Amino acid sequence: MASGYDRALSVFSPDGHVFQVEYAGEAVKRGTCAVGVKGKDVVVLGCEKRSAMKLQDTRITPSKIGLIDKHVCLAFAGLNADARILVDKARLEAQSHRLNLEDPVTIEYITKYVAGVQQRYTQSGGVRPFGISTLIVGFDKGSETPRLYQTEPSGIYSAWKANAIGRSSKTVREFLERNYKEDMDREATIRLAIKSLLEVVQTGAKNIEIAIMAPGKSVEMLPVEDIENYVKNIEQEKQEEAAKKKTGRTPGTGTAAILTRSAQEES
Amino acid sequence: MPSRCVRVAAACWSSNNADERPTCWKLKHNTRKLAIVPTNLLHNNNNRRTQLPTQPQPKCMEVLLGITGKDFTLIAASKAAMRGPTILKATDDKTRQLNDHTLLAFSGEPGDTVQFAEYIQANSQLYSMRNETELSPSALAHFVRGELASSLRSRNPYSVNLLLGGVDPITNKPSLYWLDYLASLAKVPYAAHGYAQYYCLSLLDKHHHPNITLDEGMKLLRLCSDELKRRLPIDFKGLVVKAVTKDGIETKPFDEDEKVVKDT
Repeated sequence: MASGYDRALSVFSPDGHVFQVEYAGEAVKRGTCAVGVKGKDVVVLGCEKRSAMKLQDTRITPSKIGLIDKHVCLAFAGLNADARILVDKARLEAQSHRLNLEDPVTIEYITKYVAGVQQRYTQSGGVRPFGISTLIVGFDKGSETPRLYQTEPSGIYSAWKANAIGRSSKTVREFLERNYKEDMDREATIRLAIKSLLEVVQTGAKNIEIAIMAPGKSVEMLPVEDIENYVKNIEQEKQEEAAKKKTGRTPGTGTAAILTRSAQEES
Repeated sequence: MPSRCVRVAAACWSSNNADERPTCWKLKHNTRKLAIVPTNLLHNNNNRRTQLPTQPQPKCMEVLLGITGKDFTLIAASKAAMRGPTILKATDDKTRQLNDHTLLAFSGEPGDTVQFAEYIQANSQLYSMRNETELSPSALAHFVRGELASSLRSRNPYSVNLLLGGVDPITNKPSLYWLDYLASLAKVPYAAHGYAQYYCLSLLDKHHHPNITLDEGMKLLRLCSDELKRRLPIDFKGLVVKAVTKDGIETKPFDEDEKVVKDT
């Protein structure tokens, strides 16, 4: 890869890549996982939380979920240090927007702004791109429609019904694609967010963070006990399902199925 | 000699490098961001009138009153928006909420007042968002004084008089700060601005004590309001009254016709 085209940021390689931006994407993939799920009148952010070290003071360990304004919430995956700067810029813009236009920002506006900043850092000299992807959620003023956007280091932004970023985001996204339903209520939305995170978080409730947003309200961080209950519930359900599969299966069919599949793959 | 060569080489290199670099993209709407940055806001606006700081501020007919009590701070402001002798509006609100426990009331040069108050409000809210905690009334009062003081020493100072009332979210202690356009700051148990001072301070001197309850505070405001109506030559269209307690800021109903001392 060291072909010289990854030295300066704003230089194309002959085949049209900007390597530094692609490396930033790799930094995102190494970051802890974050998911966002939209329900009927609720939107949920879930994060994988690094477990604190024994002597660490957890009271002042910053969260991966941050508030941009009272009605906008942002979760990120990637370099924590970069996120701090980006979140700060977004907060400043949100207040500046309030001051100048006497209206809180719309979720799309602040997403565009964040993506704009990220883009700027891929095209100017002496800087490096932000090594983070973000999920931005919330409700516009006076609106009941949940919003969920994603931004990437390149400055791309997109709207989603449910999405995941960070480590093993592909697995989680595929899980969400299989299990997403339209118009989920609050409980179902939180459940889906936690269930999808459990695909990649082995350690369970203590390493999961959940933020819930509802129209006209500020963010609500789900207490650890509640997350534990959800996790227990989900695990129980999984076991029941597994037990059902075992009893429902006639002896021999399981092996036969695997045999046919592998035979197909070989051909 | 060798050092000079190095310098020349370095200069060449840097100029070459600059040529390679693409020019930075400038967004036109970037100027909108400036409003929240104090230095730019205070110094950029060149077409405002210049005023000597020593020039006395014209006395205004606007009423600002503040009372602290046992567990609350009350702030009252007149509802009339005036331009010269004309009343433009009778439902004006001369207060801005800085955060959940602090309220700022303002009077003075129209335009300056709202601009300055909203600038303070934006910065206070920005602080709350950034730090997930709010500034105490005392911290805010000193911040406002600092802003006002640097504005006073610029080419175009704000001429704004302020009352800042609040309840400390940690200690639950109420406090009231009196600030004028010369950036003097005083922590006071009760305060008034403008002509209202002449009529109300004596009443407040007589009736106020530190353990006053909210009801007594409201009654005291009514006394002041009565007196102002009797003495002030211009109708100030009544008062907006807001109470700050540890539970937040609340607009209090203030009946204009209900009088404490009946007319004789």
